[in-house]
Amino acid sequence: MTAATDTPVLEMRGVRKTFPGVVALDGVDLTLHAGDVHMLLGENGAGKSTLMKILSGAYRKDDGDIRIDGRPVAIDSPRDALALGIRIIYQELNLIPHLSVAENIFLGELPSHRLGLVDWRGLYDRASRLMADLGLDAASIDPRTPVGRLGMAQRQMVEIARALRSSDARILVMDEPTSSLTSREVTQLFLLIERLTARGVSIVYITHRLDEVFRIGKRVTVLRDGRHITTRRLSEVDVPELVRLMANRDLSEQFPKVRTARGRELLRVEHVSRGTALSDVSLSVHAGEVVGVAGLVGAGRTELARVIAGADRCEHGRLIVDGRDVRLRAPADAIAHGIGLLPEDRKAEGLVPGLTVARNVALPHGRRLARLGVLPRRCEVALAGPIAEELRVKATATQPVRLLSGGNQQKVVLGKWLAGDVRLFIFDEPTRGIDVGAKVEIYNLMNRLTARGAGILMISSELPELLGMSDRILVMHRGRIQAEFDAADATEERVLTAALGLAPALDRTE
Amino acid sequence: MKNARQFGTLIGLAVLCAILWILTPYFLTVSNLLNVAEQTSINAIVAVGMTFVILSGGIDLSVGSIVALSGVVLGASLKSDQPMLVGVIVASLVGLACGLGNGALVSWGGLPPFIVTLGTMSIARGAALLFTEGRPVSGFDAGFRALATGRAGFIPAPVIVMLLVYLAAHFVLSRTTFGRYVYAIGGNEEATRLSGVAIRFHKTMIYGVSGLMSAVAAIILTARLNSAQPIAGMMYELDAIAATVIGGTSLMGGEGSLGGTLVGALIMGVLRNGLNLLGVSSFLQQIVIGGVIVVAVLLDTILKRRNRSI
Repeated sequence: MTAATDTPVLEMRGVRKTFPGVVALDGVDLTLHAGDVHMLLGENGAGKSTLMKILSGAYRKDDGDIRIDGRPVAIDSPRDALALGIRIIYQELNLIPHLSVAENIFLGELPSHRLGLVDWRGLYDRASRLMADLGLDAASIDPRTPVGRLGMAQRQMVEIARALRSSDARILVMDEPTSSLTSREVTQLFLLIERLTARGVSIVYITHRLDEVFRIGKRVTVLRDGRHITTRRLSEVDVPELVRLMANRDLSEQFPKVRTARGRELLRVEHVSRGTALSDVSLSVHAGEVVGVAGLVGAGRTELARVIAGADRCEHGRLIVDGRDVRLRAPADAIAHGIGLLPEDRKAEGLVPGLTVARNVALPHGRRLARLGVLPRRCEVALAGPIAEELRVKATATQPVRLLSGGNQQKVVLGKWLAGDVRLFIFDEPTRGIDVGAKVEIYNLMNRLTARGAGILMISSELPELLGMSDRILVMHRGRIQAEFDAADATEERVLTAALGLAPALDRTE
Repeated sequence: MKNARQFGTLIGLAVLCAILWILTPYFLTVSNLLNVAEQTSINAIVAVGMTFVILSGGIDLSVGSIVALSGVVLGASLKSDQPMLVGVIVASLVGLACGLGNGALVSWGGLPPFIVTLGTMSIARGAALLFTEGRPVSGFDAGFRALATGRAGFIPAPVIVMLLVYLAAHFVLSRTTFGRYVYAIGGNEEATRLSGVAIRFHKTMIYGVSGLMSAVAAIILTARLNSAQPIAGMMYELDAIAATVIGGTSLMGGEGSLGGTLVGALIMGVLRNGLNLLGVSSFLQQIVIGGVIVVAVLLDTILKRRNRSI
């Protein structure tokens, strides 16, 4: 396929945007060619989202030009952007769970009969045709299925189908589309992207995952601190260079793992089952060790985390903390036993967005801080201040966490447990959606925690992270522990094979 | 930003007062303003409980009926020659119990607050009517009536009670763990639960506060009217919700303040008083007040939207 390279589909030149007190974008350029997959890279706060919000009409630029097919255009509202063929798929998918796939795709322009009744047959026909056209397997996504019953990857497909429902869609922006997909689903998505570009759709792709950049991207633009750093063909760069360009520091050690001598047993899980999510799970975590938990989405990893953290009841089996049998009826019980959970979805489960940094950090410690229920003045700031400093949270203690970037929000959730007497940390996807620099800070923190004698159970969908930071790796498949590896023996291939359920189930007689 | 929002409501109140002062100079006399404060006190006290509930992400439709039930229990107790203190305590316990019942059904029953308190609204009203066979209980001694008619210096007793209630409630909301949990539960209940906070207990207590505030309002109302009526407190829930949202508390929970609610209650009180002074018919008054509620919340929504998308 030869792309018409003379005139780019989209050119953004010298785009500038300021918010009170911050220059979010300072003269940024972006050039997108027809049928290209253009990767947009940068740490959180580098300006990627702001740039895309200007493109989609959600924000207005202060300065700069935007050209489509060489013609200057004004994008003053989301409607203008839509009319120009620009479509954005946000990280949080905007689908209505109770409506069917077809209804979600054509929401806003449902085909109707003369009386205003929905033409259901026409709707399902159009949806099937559109999905076939996009190469989506009609067998795996029935247009009549409620979206709520689909997996994350399928929902993403529906969202893409909606974005492309009219033929004038030419520029598709995808904001971290793979953050909640398993690796097999990622492959599906990439196949779809290839078909789209073959049809002449041009894609701007925002991600934090460098492996994806090289798998599907043609060109890459790196932003840092609101400035355009470089635009290159991907054939001309490699991973270390990209990391250096993004972070402006050499991250020779992406995973600065420090091994600590294994201490006493902090947690033992024996034959735990819960509904269909967990069946007969046994494991142990010792002081000074990081136990990684691998598995596909839906393998039961988050359910396991929630049972250990007291968020869900353990229906069968035993939990033994510090050698004693415990019953966890509520998260408060787990916390009292020194167990802290860093939940998978920090916005929904980790933080109260309207409260300040200090009050979020102090939330689990109210009873300890208060005298007869009364909180001494500034006690929360006094508690949170040093912790925020240790974690290098880039915010003051009295700012609402709503205003913080993803990495800083994650540090606040961590801070909640550092402020207390927690010895067993459960990290569920601790670095999802946060930038390279903050990731390394979290890895270093894990090292400090294990050095102090804490144990960490780390769930992650990023295999390099699991292999790089764990002492042992457990692999879950359909609610069971499928395999267990020593860090030294684990390879991406072996872990993945077990996660897919292909390796023989582990004989666990201990 | 939160302070700016409160400031906005305060400006709204000042503008309203200025307009009324121009239209009718009598408005801005000490005796009239004290009158406004006194008339506002009952709604303002009910709105304290409503603010707790709405901050936590709930709603309480039963406050008016709880006012009636607590009131008639108080009246009956006073009529049976019990000491005043006994009547006040019993009435408070009745209000508290109704609120705790609401809270328990919301927390442990897992029912939507709207439904639970809608049920209680009807149940408490029916209980008040049944208890009095539909007749008011009237005629109390002067000592009790002093709760409404008494003055400290030149300030009417209900205003003092109102101020004390606000000071205490403000302390609870801003300086205690309970207050912190009210905001946290409204802001993100699941994150609060995972932080080890006993959600069910605290939610139950929040509705308990609302019931207790209704009882306090009932005590003042009964003293003021010198009569406890089973049909008292009709539509109080709507006035209290209006004062709370005019004061900037988000119906989604998690954001707002008692200061705002007090100003919101005063705006409603000033408006009623001013319209009365101007001789506006009570039918037209309803339309004006309804309009003010919608406009106030609309302004708030527009300001917040602008703040989000600068």
